[in-house]
Amino acid sequence: MDAVGLEARAAALGTRSIKTTAKAYAIDLAISMVDLTTLEGADTPGKVRALGAKAVHPDPTDRTAPTTAAVCVYPDMVAAAKAAVAGSGVKVASVATAFPAGRAALGVKLADVRDAVEAGADEIDMVIDRGAFLAGDYLKVYDEITAVKAACGDARLKVIFETGELSTYDNIRRASWLGMLAGADFIKTSTGKVAVNATPANTLLMLEAVRDFRAQTGVQVGVKPAGGIRTTKDAVKFLVLVNETAGGDWLDNHWFRFGASSLLNDLLMQRQKLATGRYSGPDYVTVD
Amino acid sequence: MTSAFEYAPAPESRSVVDIAPSYGLFIDGEFTDAADGKVFKTVSPSTEEVLSEVARAGAEDVDRAVAAARRAFTSWSALPGSERAKYLFRIARIVQERSRELAVLETLDNGKPIKETRDADLPLVAAHFFYYAGWADKLGHAGFGADPKPLGVAGQVIPWNFPLLMLAWKIAPALAAGNTVVLKPAETTPLSALFFADICRQAGLPKGVVNILPGYGDAGAALVAHPGVNKVAFTGSTAVGKEIARTVAGTDKKVTLELGGKGANIVFDDAPIDQAVEGIVTGIFFNQGQVCCAGSRLLVQESIHDELLDSLKRRLSTLRLGDPLDKNTDIGAINSAEQLARISALADQGEAEGAERWSPACELPSAGYWFAPTLFTNVTQAHTVARDEIFGPVLSVLTFRTPDEAVAKANNTQYGLSAGIWTEKGSRILAVASRLRAGVVWSNTFNKFDPTSPFGGYKESGFGREGGRHGLEAYLDV
Repeated sequence: MDAVGLEARAAALGTRSIKTTAKAYAIDLAISMVDLTTLEGADTPGKVRALGAKAVHPDPTDRTAPTTAAVCVYPDMVAAAKAAVAGSGVKVASVATAFPAGRAALGVKLADVRDAVEAGADEIDMVIDRGAFLAGDYLKVYDEITAVKAACGDARLKVIFETGELSTYDNIRRASWLGMLAGADFIKTSTGKVAVNATPANTLLMLEAVRDFRAQTGVQVGVKPAGGIRTTKDAVKFLVLVNETAGGDWLDNHWFRFGASSLLNDLLMQRQKLATGRYSGPDYVTVD
Repeated sequence: MTSAFEYAPAPESRSVVDIAPSYGLFIDGEFTDAADGKVFKTVSPSTEEVLSEVARAGAEDVDRAVAAARRAFTSWSALPGSERAKYLFRIARIVQERSRELAVLETLDNGKPIKETRDADLPLVAAHFFYYAGWADKLGHAGFGADPKPLGVAGQVIPWNFPLLMLAWKIAPALAAGNTVVLKPAETTPLSALFFADICRQAGLPKGVVNILPGYGDAGAALVAHPGVNKVAFTGSTAVGKEIARTVAGTDKKVTLELGGKGANIVFDDAPIDQAVEGIVTGIFFNQGQVCCAGSRLLVQESIHDELLDSLKRRLSTLRLGDPLDKNTDIGAINSAEQLARISALADQGEAEGAERWSPACELPSAGYWFAPTLFTNVTQAHTVARDEIFGPVLSVLTFRTPDEAVAKANNTQYGLSAGIWTEKGSRILAVASRLRAGVVWSNTFNKFDPTSPFGGYKESGFGREGGRHGLEAYLDV
């Protein structure tokens, strides 16, 4: 990887000008790709219910707004989340494997995964063992992913690299291939819990990886940038990266997600602006 | 792979620029008709719409302009460097203030995409004036003696591919060093130079320091041959460059020539492939390949040829060709019907000689001058498309087996302006770069420009350097 060239390409695609009908399309697509997330120590069933309701009806004033892709919670909140989104088509994703640090024995991590799956999680967001990766023990990272994948059963597996801790683009690229070869259904940038999370450059690089992986193996893998994407403008830039790198096949919430919470309200305000011609405000979207 | 994500039109507003129906020559601080009253039309290459009617300079006008520049030289060269710097800084700031207007103007007159004029041409124009403004009071520290003197009147002839940027490359160092200028822009792109004349007036530049003579080759020839000119600077084709060299032979005129090229972009098997693909695209499709330092020959290590070509073709399929004023356009129009004919003829010759031609599916607009991005594979050193400068969006792909072979093939050309090296191995970059006979060698990038960096060629790509401290030498009596 050449860092300067990669960042220059990401920046160049960031200058695409997405207006009018293209913007409306992108906003609805982005809403449908949000994994609406709450991962706090203070999470309660009430908080998760509110989040679920928002995922099902993002804009209470406009029922044409699409639902989000999923809600994303800790394993012990999966049951509450399932109840909140029942019948809506919104998926429940659960972080697991001693999220976010991943510092636990494999048995504990697998128990964490099974717990979430048994509670009804449709998707599991695991973290890789960054310590093992940085120590060069790639086999340990690989084996752990395959074990978690087996524990997932029918649930789709998202593998989080914590790109901010892997630090270099070479590492992120290596981790992407490792994750895909080990059976990831999605590769995901980050937990949202460290200083540097999703960036246009690291997401571009992962999009190149899934594109190349499909070309070589025929297997399509999804991508989920998470953390730090807060505005419609940012989200549209990521969709441009998808469109011009992996291509149109990834422009679907089965293959691309945004791990975010505050992003949704900005998307909704921009959506209202396009629909009404007037600027919206924070009191015209819901807090949760 | 089809996408439902169609980008809606996002045109830059044309109303930010006010193009007058006619323009005169700019001589001695005033716009004036040509002595013989001749005019020519300048058209927008993307639509063939006539933009304006411009006075066409002849020999008599060259006389007038050179005389004005000679008169102005006395007082301009006597100004302290710090005073000349003030004018140059002022010009740089006005260029920045008017950059949106100038970017739209340049895109209309030249045909290149607005994203290039906005993000490359105009920022570099301002940077060039800022940079040389900084030198104006420090000439004694540039390595050319304690108090180097200007030469006098500089006669400058510039091409149509980067009209305002080439003007900046010529005028900024000339004025910083204390010379005065008569500049002839290309006949297909006179407008930005005429707007620059207006900027000179806006900056309060003394009359006659900068004179602009729109016109054809005859005006350029008269300017170069004029006995009142002390320094000739030319950027353009090698054929005209040779003619100029003949004209000035036996005179005491100082000459710099920046001519053609056939740059080799060398990709080794350990290169970062996705970034190399971007560099190849920038190297040959930036400004529709109408760039003297374009990376028009791709030398790829045979072991990664197929993989790289697959990636490159997929990437070319995402290029957006069309309205140059649309902010999402990657590939604009070819500058003129004449240039389009030349590109087409050379591409046809490539095909006739047996090279394999490929272009992405790409609809060309019905009006204007357009050429689809084109690759030639199965090209060898013996093919015309590997030897002649095409000056268009046409890439010739050749292979090599070893670094020695790469260097030998890269250097096996009459030109020597630019080259690129793609490898993740730093030691290889240094080893190969030192053996390439090219004025600019980029490593893991291509077509990057900066006013601090000297630019110029080996062999038939010309002589002398523009940019950087070295660029001052051409305008000083050293």
